[in-house]
Amino acid sequence: MTHDASSMVRTHPAGNFLRGALANLGMTWVLLALCLLFSALTWSEQQPGGAAAARGVADDILAAHATPQRVLVAVRGQPDDVAYADILAEILRERGATVVAVVKGEPKEARAALAAANAAAKPLDVIAGSAASAAWALFTDLPTDFPALGSPSIVQPRPYAWPNFLKLENLLNIANQIAVIAILAVGMTLVIMTGGIDLSVGSMIALASVVTAVLVRDFAGGVEADTLGMLLAGLGGVAVGALAGALSGGVIVGFGIPPFIATLAMMLVAGGGASMLAKGQSVYQVPDSFMWLGRGADLGLPNAVVLVLLLYGVAHFVMTRMTFGRWLLAVGGNREAARLSGVPVAGTLLAAYILSGALAGLGGVVMASQLKSGSPNFGQMYELYVIAAVVVGGTSLAGGEGSMIGTLVGALIIAVIQNGMNLVGIESYTQRVVLGGVILAAVLLDRLRRR
Amino acid sequence: MTTPPLLSMEGIAKSYPGVQALAGVNLELGSGEVLALLGENGAGKSTLMKILGGAVRPDAGRIVIDGVEQSIRSPLDALGAGVAVIHQEFNLVPALGAADNIFLGQEVARGPAGLAWIDRGAQRRRAQALLARLGADFDADAPCRTLSVARQQLVEIAKALAAGARILVMDEPSAALTTPEVAALHDVIRELRREGTGIVYVSHRLEEIAAVCDRVEVLRDGRNVGGASVAAVNRSDLIRMMVGRELVEEFPRRSGTRGDVRLVVEGLTGGTAVRGVSFEARAGEVLALTGLVGSGRTEVLRLLFGADRRDSGTIHLDGRPVDPRSPRAAIAAGIGLLPEDRKLQGLVLGLSVRENFSLPSLARFSRAGVVRRGDEQTACAGAITALRIKTPRQETAVRGLSGGNQQKVVLAKWLERHCEVLLFDEPTRGVDVGAKVEIYQLMNDLAAAGKVVIMVSSDLPEVLGMADRILVMHDGRITGRIDDAATATQESIMELAVT
Repeated sequence: MTHDASSMVRTHPAGNFLRGALANLGMTWVLLALCLLFSALTWSEQQPGGAAAARGVADDILAAHATPQRVLVAVRGQPDDVAYADILAEILRERGATVVAVVKGEPKEARAALAAANAAAKPLDVIAGSAASAAWALFTDLPTDFPALGSPSIVQPRPYAWPNFLKLENLLNIANQIAVIAILAVGMTLVIMTGGIDLSVGSMIALASVVTAVLVRDFAGGVEADTLGMLLAGLGGVAVGALAGALSGGVIVGFGIPPFIATLAMMLVAGGGASMLAKGQSVYQVPDSFMWLGRGADLGLPNAVVLVLLLYGVAHFVMTRMTFGRWLLAVGGNREAARLSGVPVAGTLLAAYILSGALAGLGGVVMASQLKSGSPNFGQMYELYVIAAVVVGGTSLAGGEGSMIGTLVGALIIAVIQNGMNLVGIESYTQRVVLGGVILAAVLLDRLRRR
Repeated sequence: MTTPPLLSMEGIAKSYPGVQALAGVNLELGSGEVLALLGENGAGKSTLMKILGGAVRPDAGRIVIDGVEQSIRSPLDALGAGVAVIHQEFNLVPALGAADNIFLGQEVARGPAGLAWIDRGAQRRRAQALLARLGADFDADAPCRTLSVARQQLVEIAKALAAGARILVMDEPSAALTTPEVAALHDVIRELRREGTGIVYVSHRLEEIAAVCDRVEVLRDGRNVGGASVAAVNRSDLIRMMVGRELVEEFPRRSGTRGDVRLVVEGLTGGTAVRGVSFEARAGEVLALTGLVGSGRTEVLRLLFGADRRDSGTIHLDGRPVDPRSPRAAIAAGIGLLPEDRKLQGLVLGLSVRENFSLPSLARFSRAGVVRRGDEQTACAGAITALRIKTPRQETAVRGLSGGNQQKVVLAKWLERHCEVLLFDEPTRGVDVGAKVEIYQLMNDLAAAGKVVIMVSSDLPEVLGMADRILVMHDGRITGRIDDAATATQESIMELAVT
C-alpha cells in the first residue's frame, strides 16, 4: 500500500458540525416552536405588580411633577397589592416626595385618609393605586368631595402585553409539574438505552410515596417529625425503589426474562404493595416542612427544579464521559460484541434497573412532598408519559443510542403541551388526544429527519 | 441483428454524499452465463448489485432485460423483471419450513379470492420438486432454522426460481460453506446455467471463479476496469486488475524463528462441540486450526476466550495456569479474540471507531470511572495511522466502514491491549484483497514479536499460506497435526478433516 493514512481521512468539519447540531437539536426546535405557538395563543394584557410596577409608577409620578409632590398611596388588602404599595412608598420617600398616607384595604379607609388630608388643608398632587383601586368610585369626584385637596391626578401601573405562557411563574410552574416525570425519565433513558424497558416506574412512585409517608408517620414522629427523620424516610423511599429495581434487573439478567414481562410484574407488585402498606388510604400525617423538597425554593428556583437540573447534569456527564455510560451504549448496541470486549454486561444491566428503580423512588418522594402525602394512587400512567418523554427525546427503543439532554427536551415538550393547552382552555379529554398525536408526530418527524 | 443479451446495464452512476460509488458502469450478462463480478470492497460491486436488485436507485443509467428497458424501483420490481438477489444474510423466516419460505408472498392457494387458504400439499410437492431440481432431498416442512447454512442457501435459490427469476445475483455465496458444500453449490450453478439462467457471482475467492465462472468483470473505484473470459486470465492478472497494482506477495513471508512453547492447552472440553482438545502454541509461529464448519474449531477459540462455558481442561500460558471464566477474565489474562462474525460479535456497529477501539481498554483510558477523552483520541489516532484504517473521522460509526476496515478496528482493539494471545477466527472473511495482505502482515508481525497467534480458517489456501503448523479438527477432536505446513496440501488437509 502506498497510500498515506492522512490522505484517507476525509474531513468536512463544518458539514459534520451542522449535521451533529441538527441531530441533537431536532427536538429542541419542536420545543421552541411549541413555546412560540403557545406564546402567540396566550398573548394578552398584563397588569404589573410588585417591585417592577412600583418603580414604573414612581418614575411616572416624578416625571409628571417636577416640584416636590404629595402622594397618597391606596390599594386593596391583597398581599401582592400590599407589597406594591410598600415598595412604592419607600421609593417615593427616597426620591424626595411626601407620602401623605399608605392605605391598604377598603375604599372607606381611603375615604378616611382623604378626609384627614382634606382637613389638614394641604393639596394632594397624586393618588397612586393599582389597576383595581384606581377604579374606585370615590376617586371620581374629588374636587367636590374634598375641595382642599385640589385636583390630584390618579396614577396606576401601566398595563403591558405579554403572553401568559411566558410569565415567569408559569414557566416555573411547568418546570415544577414536569419534575417527577423528568426524574423518572433519567432512569428510563438508561434502561431504554440498553434495549430494555421499565414499566414499573409509575407504581414505584406510589410505593415510594407511601413508604416515605408511612415512615414519617410511624417512626419519625408524624406531624412533629424533624429534618433528619424526614431525610431518612425519604432515603427509605428511594431505597425501596432501588430494591425493586434490583429485583427486576436480577430476574432479567439472571433468568433471561424479557424486561417487558419482568417490569410488568413488578408494576403490579409495587402498586399492590403500596395499597397494602397504606391500607388503600392516603397517608398525610406529615409536617408542613415535609413540603420543602417539592414546594420550597431556596435558591431562587423551586427545589424540585434544582434537583432535576442537578440530576440531568450528572446523568449527562455519566453518559458522555464515564465508563459506565460507554458500557450502557455498547450493551444496548450489541450485547454479544460488548461481552466479547470484556464489558461486564450483567452488571451494567443490573445497574441500569437499580438506578431506574431508585430514581422512580426519588420521583415518588418528590411527589409525596409536592402533595404533602403518600398515596397508592400516585403515579398512575406515569410510566407511559416517561417512556413518551424518552422516545420523543430521540432515544431509540432498540437501544444503543440516545441522550439525556434529548430526554429532558422530550419531557419539556410534553409539559409544555399540557400546560399550553390548559392555558388556552382545552378540556382535559381533548388534551389527551392532542398529546397522543403530538407524541406520534414528534417521533415521525425525528424519523424523517434522520433519513 | 443479433439477439439482445439477457441483461444489459448501461452507464450506471450513483453517488452518495462525498463518494462517487459508481461512475458509469456497464455490465452485460448472457443467458446461461456465469459472470464473476470482482473488485475490492468499496469498488462498487455491492452498489451495482443493489441497483439491479431494486434496493438502491441509480442516479443515471439504464437496465435492459431481454431488450426491454426496465424501471426497477424496488425489490418487488426487480423480481417482476426476473431478477433475484441472494444476499449473504438470508431472508428466510426461521420458524417456517422450506416450502412456506419458498412460496412466501406467492402462496399456492385454493378457494375463492379473498378467502383463499394455502394448499399445503400442493405447495410442499412443488417445493420438493424445486429442491430436487437443485439436487436436494431434505424435508420441505422442516423449520429453516434447523437447516444447515448450505441448505438454507438452496432454499433461497429455490425461492428465487419459484418467483420465476432468470437472473440470479449471488453475493459471496460460499462465504459460510465448507469445501464439499461449495462444490455442491457449483454443481447447482452449472445446472442452472444449463437451463439458461444468467448468474452474477460476487466473490473474493479467486479459485472458485476459475472453477465455476465463464467470464469476469472487474470494478475498481466505481468504474469498469476490464472484462475477460475466465480461461484467458490467471490469478495474478485478476489481482492486478482488482487492486490496480502488483501485489508483491499474497501471503507475506515472516522473519524470525520459532521460540519456546508459550500456550499449553490440555483436555479442553466444552459441551459436545469440543471434546478433549490438547495442543501447544509457540512464540514466533502462526498456528492454524482448520476443519469443516461445525468441527469445533470456532468453539475451541471461544473456550480459550471464556465466551462459552468450559467443562474441563487446563490452559497454561508461560507455565502459569489461566482460567478464562468469562471474556472479561480472558482479556485480563492477556487473551484477545477476533470473532468470526465481526458485525454480530466484534463491533458495536452504531458506535464510533473511537468507542469501539477503546471498549476493551476503557479501564486504562479512565480514572475513577471518568474516561480521559484526550488519551483515548490520541491512542485511536495512532491506531488509525498504524493500521491504515480508512475512515473519515474517529467519530464515524463503524457501520459505515468497509469490511476490511471494520476488521482492522477489531484488530486495533486487541493491539491496544497488547494481548499475549491473539485468536483469529476467519480473519479475512469478507475482506478485500488489499486489506487481506495487511491483516496477514499484522499477524506475521505479532508472531515475530513472540505473541501466540492462533488462526481458524475455512480458506485452505489461506491456511497453507499463513500457517507454520496446522491442526485439523473433526467432530470436536483434533484428527490431524501437520507440524510442517510447507508439506501440506489442500487435499491432505481435507483428508484429515473428513475422517
